[in-house]
Amino acid sequence: MDALNNAINELGDTIFNLDDLPRIAMAIGLVAIAAIISRWQQADVENDLAAATARSFVQLIAIGLVLELIFEQDHPLWTALVLLVMIVIAARTSGRRGQATPHAARVSLLAIGFGSVLTLALLVIGGVFEFSPQAIIPIGGMIIGNSMTVAAQVMNRMSDDLLDQRNQIESRLALGATSRQASLVQFQRGLRTAMIPHIDTTKTVGLIKLPGAMTGMILAGASPLEAVQLQLIVMYMLIGATTFTGLIAAYLTYRAFFTPAHQLKALPRPTQAD
Amino acid sequence: MPLIEIRHLSLARGGQRVLHDVSFSVNPGAVFMLIGPSGGGKSSLLRCMNRLEEPAPGTVFFKGEDITTLPVMTLRRRVGMVFQQTAMLPGTVADNIAYGPALCDQTLPRERLVQLLDMVSLDGEIADKPAHELSGGQAQRVAIARALANEPDVLLLDEPTSALDPIATRAVEETLIGLRDRFGLTLVWVSHLVEQARRVGSCVMLLDEGRITRIDRVDVMLSPEHGDARALAFAKGDQDGLRRNQADDDQYQGEEERPHGCTE
Repeated sequence: MDALNNAINELGDTIFNLDDLPRIAMAIGLVAIAAIISRWQQADVENDLAAATARSFVQLIAIGLVLELIFEQDHPLWTALVLLVMIVIAARTSGRRGQATPHAARVSLLAIGFGSVLTLALLVIGGVFEFSPQAIIPIGGMIIGNSMTVAAQVMNRMSDDLLDQRNQIESRLALGATSRQASLVQFQRGLRTAMIPHIDTTKTVGLIKLPGAMTGMILAGASPLEAVQLQLIVMYMLIGATTFTGLIAAYLTYRAFFTPAHQLKALPRPTQAD
Repeated sequence: MPLIEIRHLSLARGGQRVLHDVSFSVNPGAVFMLIGPSGGGKSSLLRCMNRLEEPAPGTVFFKGEDITTLPVMTLRRRVGMVFQQTAMLPGTVADNIAYGPALCDQTLPRERLVQLLDMVSLDGEIADKPAHELSGGQAQRVAIARALANEPDVLLLDEPTSALDPIATRAVEETLIGLRDRFGLTLVWVSHLVEQARRVGSCVMLLDEGRITRIDRVDVMLSPEHGDARALAFAKGDQDGLRRNQADDDQYQGEEERPHGCTE
């Protein structure tokens, strides 16, 4: 009970500790000027701008408060619960986008869950990060967010190709190919399509724009070399995590489209929801 | 022993009956024509024979063995298939023809490649051409050669000429009949053209709404004077006539056994 009281008190303190509100207000002022210009030019984006600004303000402040609370508690179970919630939300999002895949929600939950938990476990076991909420929650968020995008892209591209290229796949099956051999092209293409943006970003990092983690650290006063080192860890970790997730998603998508007797299931093309 | 035997095969898809209690057999060396209106279950029946669709155990037999007990990849090498839409695989004609053997880690010697092309009346020079540059008729013959590379006992043909012009159609027909005559290859051939069945078939089966309407020798069943009334109605594009003659069906019911095949 005491712990809860303390937590509530601290929450109160935190809410009144939003010292940066004036600076946030300045930034919002910038959006307001943009909105006014947009209205004057009849660009018709001012409503969207207002909605996005309001929504992101509420969302981020709320998340900040929840994280404050969880960091205070510093309990592994809370940290694990936050990760679980993030994984479930990510799986639902990518599951909706990869609808054409049978059991899309299950495929994306398994892919994102295994991909991100595996990466986090390796990072903690390898001593790169300790299992503290300060490290695991933001790192987990990055990993899960990137995994979500990759899982959705793999499922989308592969299911499109498996539905469109039925003739070619069945020709291969009829010549004695296993379902794995018959769909290898679609497997590779799905994985490549999802991975190439990440690989390209990794190739050009620092040349075009400074990545988020690094920008944040430099703004917070860290030396550029310190920031670069953390950024390298983050980048390799993300490449690893998205590859794990992409591979699992591609494998499960392929499995969802074939029967054990190496038959391509006759599946209707669903109407896209969004 | 029949090469392929179907016993009381029924098939449902999406809660709908596609095939109703179908039984017949295909003898070695036959050119067995499956004709009937589109949506009548011809393709589904054909796809049950190489397990691209799953038949119930104990309904489809290849050389006396229940196909659901055979390794599916082995079955598909013995029972080749050629589709209406020829899907050429990426690469050259040679890559396409070598695909089946390559799956078993075998390389196709050049002489064998040329021999296979010759079997489908194509010149050996075409081997190095990119497969996507072929004409429809050439692609279909490459698809046949590709299936032959596995040395199958039977070819399942799913409307192999319906995407081709009349000249290419005749050429492909001649190629296929030549394979039967020279190598004893058995053909199970889905067609929606009665004329084609007359030209190439030895046996013919009329399939409508998933039921066998009749099986007989082509010259008997499709004879313009004495042929089967429903087959001839179908030939004329008369859907009502195809289904009107229920009296014929009742006549068969009275006999001991409905015909399950035909003797050539």
